[in-house]
Amino acid sequence: MAPRIANSAADAVAEISDGSTILIGGFGNAGQPMELIDALMECGATDLTVVNNNAGQADAGLALLIKERRVKKIICSFPRQSDSWHFDEAYRAGDIELELVPQGNLAERIRAAGAGIGGFFTPTGYGTLLAEGKETRMIDGKGYVLETPVHADFALIKALKSDTFGNLVYRKTARNFGPIMATAAKAAIVQVDEVVEVGGIDPEHVITPGIYVDTVVALGGEK
Amino acid sequence: MTDTRNTEEKLTRDEMAQLVARDIPAGAFVNLGIGQPTNVSNFLTAQQGVTLHTENGMLGMGPVATGEEVDEDLINAGKIPVTELPGAAYFHHADSFAMMRGGHLDVCVLGAFQISKNGDLANWHTGAEGAIPAVGGAMDLAIGAKATWVMMSLFTKTGESKLVETLSYPVTGLGCVSRIYTEVAIFELRDSKVFVRSVHGISFDELAAKVPVELTWA
Repeated sequence: MAPRIANSAADAVAEISDGSTILIGGFGNAGQPMELIDALMECGATDLTVVNNNAGQADAGLALLIKERRVKKIICSFPRQSDSWHFDEAYRAGDIELELVPQGNLAERIRAAGAGIGGFFTPTGYGTLLAEGKETRMIDGKGYVLETPVHADFALIKALKSDTFGNLVYRKTARNFGPIMATAAKAAIVQVDEVVEVGGIDPEHVITPGIYVDTVVALGGEK
Repeated sequence: MTDTRNTEEKLTRDEMAQLVARDIPAGAFVNLGIGQPTNVSNFLTAQQGVTLHTENGMLGMGPVATGEEVDEDLINAGKIPVTELPGAAYFHHADSFAMMRGGHLDVCVLGAFQISKNGDLANWHTGAEGAIPAVGGAMDLAIGAKATWVMMSLFTKTGESKLVETLSYPVTGLGCVSRIYTEVAIFELRDSKVFVRSVHGISFDELAAKVPVELTWA
């Protein structure tokens, strides 16, 4: 089924309810779906579990959701940054749960969820604090840790362009988590600069096939 | 070209970066960690034909972007705007880390808090009370490349050796480091032994007295 084309960011996130688990794309500001996050802020959903590489920067986007105590748990690889003051404060106050995951394991856990994989053994993190309590196995003399998939109710993603079938192309390093997050959520909500007619994207250039995309909103964007 | 010459003076940070750059094989695929390792790119020559990987999803990364080149969609792992070189490729995060974990990168250069004689690396967490932990790609980088090299100062501010018998800081990766570049010596780690390739502003005997692991002259 072709995705719903929402008429605004607010319309795109309207179905997100309290207690949802949400994958949010972006690495730093590149690929961060800022308008969708702002709309999530406005829609009032709370008690959220958020999956993102970071835990918000400065006074925008995810950082504000955390500031307003709308996020009960964050799964990420790199929460602490020079400008992560809202996360730092919530964490120190005991108001947010942190599941810290090595970046590549985080990416693979998301990919696994989208690919129907029930778990995988990875060498990353073996013998470290982040593997404590997890099943391990020696395979051909090398240590591995069992990691499980990260499923979600929603994914908020920023891509460059979509066609009306939801086929997506991204731009440069803003691609980052987008393609895997689109596969791992029950509903992938994507903001793009423009939506083009079917045929407007060369099939050879499609990065995320529309099968993974549920809602698209065109927000324009600077060239 | 391996430079094994000793020098009378300690190496500057630029000289360390230059030595690392010279040691990178021609045509290699390389990931340079955040901090001192990033400086290595300034000393790679066009003739070397080295391709830089950044774990946020790119091969063929060029120099830091300036002026009108700055594009918020094109950043490195340190979130600094960079440029792309001809032949560059973009890919998503799972592919980027599969590339690393799968052993497709030739060299990864990282910083460190501590390294043990058998190559265990600590560089992600001091373990200090109340510190908010953050790991990023450190654990993936440590164990992924065919060779993991470290650049660091050999001694802490209070004069303790960062090259140790066993780690006191939390582990990033086990048995992963094969070479260490410091301002006073370059070390090769093989078979749980530490070989000294060159010394800088220090004699081998002085070095051996200050480092609490057995050293062998390479």
